[in-house]
Amino acid sequence: MGFLRKIWAIVAKDIAAEFHTREMISAMMVFSVLTLFIFSFAFDLRGEMAEAAAPGIFWATVTFAGTLGLNRSMAREQQAGCIDGLMLAPMDRSAIFFGKAIGNLIFMGIVEIVLLPLFSALFDAPLIRPGMLVVATLGTVGYGAVGTLLAAIAVNTRAREVMLPILLLPLAIPALIAAVQATGGLVEGRALAEVNDWVRLLVTYDLVIIAISMLTFGYVMEE
Amino acid sequence: MKKSRRNRTGIVLIGASTVAVLVALGMVFLYAPREATMGDVQRIFYFHVASAWVGFFAFFVTFLAGIGYLAQGKRRWDILALSSVEVGLTFITMTVVTGSLWARPTWGAYWTWEPRLTISAVQLLIYVAYGMLRAFLETESQERKARFAAVYGIIAFITVPLSWFAIRWQRTIHPDIMTGGGGMAMTPRMVQTLLASIGAFTLLYATLLQQRVRLERSIDTVARLQLRVERKKGI
Repeated sequence: MGFLRKIWAIVAKDIAAEFHTREMISAMMVFSVLTLFIFSFAFDLRGEMAEAAAPGIFWATVTFAGTLGLNRSMAREQQAGCIDGLMLAPMDRSAIFFGKAIGNLIFMGIVEIVLLPLFSALFDAPLIRPGMLVVATLGTVGYGAVGTLLAAIAVNTRAREVMLPILLLPLAIPALIAAVQATGGLVEGRALAEVNDWVRLLVTYDLVIIAISMLTFGYVMEE
Repeated sequence: MKKSRRNRTGIVLIGASTVAVLVALGMVFLYAPREATMGDVQRIFYFHVASAWVGFFAFFVTFLAGIGYLAQGKRRWDILALSSVEVGLTFITMTVVTGSLWARPTWGAYWTWEPRLTISAVQLLIYVAYGMLRAFLETESQERKARFAAVYGIIAFITVPLSWFAIRWQRTIHPDIMTGGGGMAMTPRMVQTLLASIGAFTLLYATLLQQRVRLERSIDTVARLQLRVERKKGI
């Protein structure tokens, strides 16, 4: 079986598991909507204020909802003893990493796809922009990748639900800043090329994180 | 077991860093000139910059030790990584505290989100997380614990420069007048004092690190002895 097929096997497994329980997506979805409401009550988001705050609130919501899903994705592997199965499978550890990361990416992507129009409707903020697909993908890839690696570490701690955000959020700062800034530029009506610097930072972050995760994931998974 | 119990390197380091810190203190308060606009408050700058440098350097050592551990799996790399984080946290905390003490009389607020101060605070948060991770890891095997810590130490350190650029660029887009153009004209005496201060703090770091490493080794020795005693009792 080729490398890509192995990765796909893990992704397909996660999608099938999620299809049965729907616990990750439904939890992330409901949590995201709740977060939006909390932000709206906290800041009274209308008019100009909404437009200025929209990029930050969108990414903060994705970040927090993301930790929920990332936690669940790894906890599920461990609870069912699924991790042993994965480790016994004849494949490279980095295939497991990519499989899990792509799975997480798909689930976070689905939440974002629902969140974006909902957000735009609730706050009348023009978040759906031509370049948004690129920015959202780049931001989510970096966050999802480092999140997958750290979730694999966090499942081995006491109180793991608490540990993941503490480990993950300080490392996600570059991605968060770049994604918020790029989105802010797009909301102001600028083209993707005009927020090039931030996009480039996102690409750098993604590449660096993916490279290090690939190299170190094996050490995390080993017994 | 005929190893000398005396810690020669430690004694030399303690002596050297005591002298260096005293010299640096003398230079900061007696040799360096009074800064024209900020006055004596500016003298905190020498401690602030020196501790920021040492903090960053300490986490760099942890990063290298993490790589060493993953490559060789030797306990001594893990001891080095853990010790360097603890000592580094002390210095980075000092950076954040002296930074806000300095900001208050200079800019009128304890915190101004100045990029250099912000990145120190980010490092503080990252390595507090590192410490929590080590404390909360629930695994019998010390080897596994060390591996997790090494991976976190590596990936965490890599994000620091990226955070730095992101924070800086964000500030250049929203320039704040308050801290903008905060460049200081440094006289030669000021530069010399700063270098002396950095040198002294680096020595102090080495001293503390060496002591912390020794402490961890003693913990290991005690654990080994305990195991031996228990085994003998068992027979």
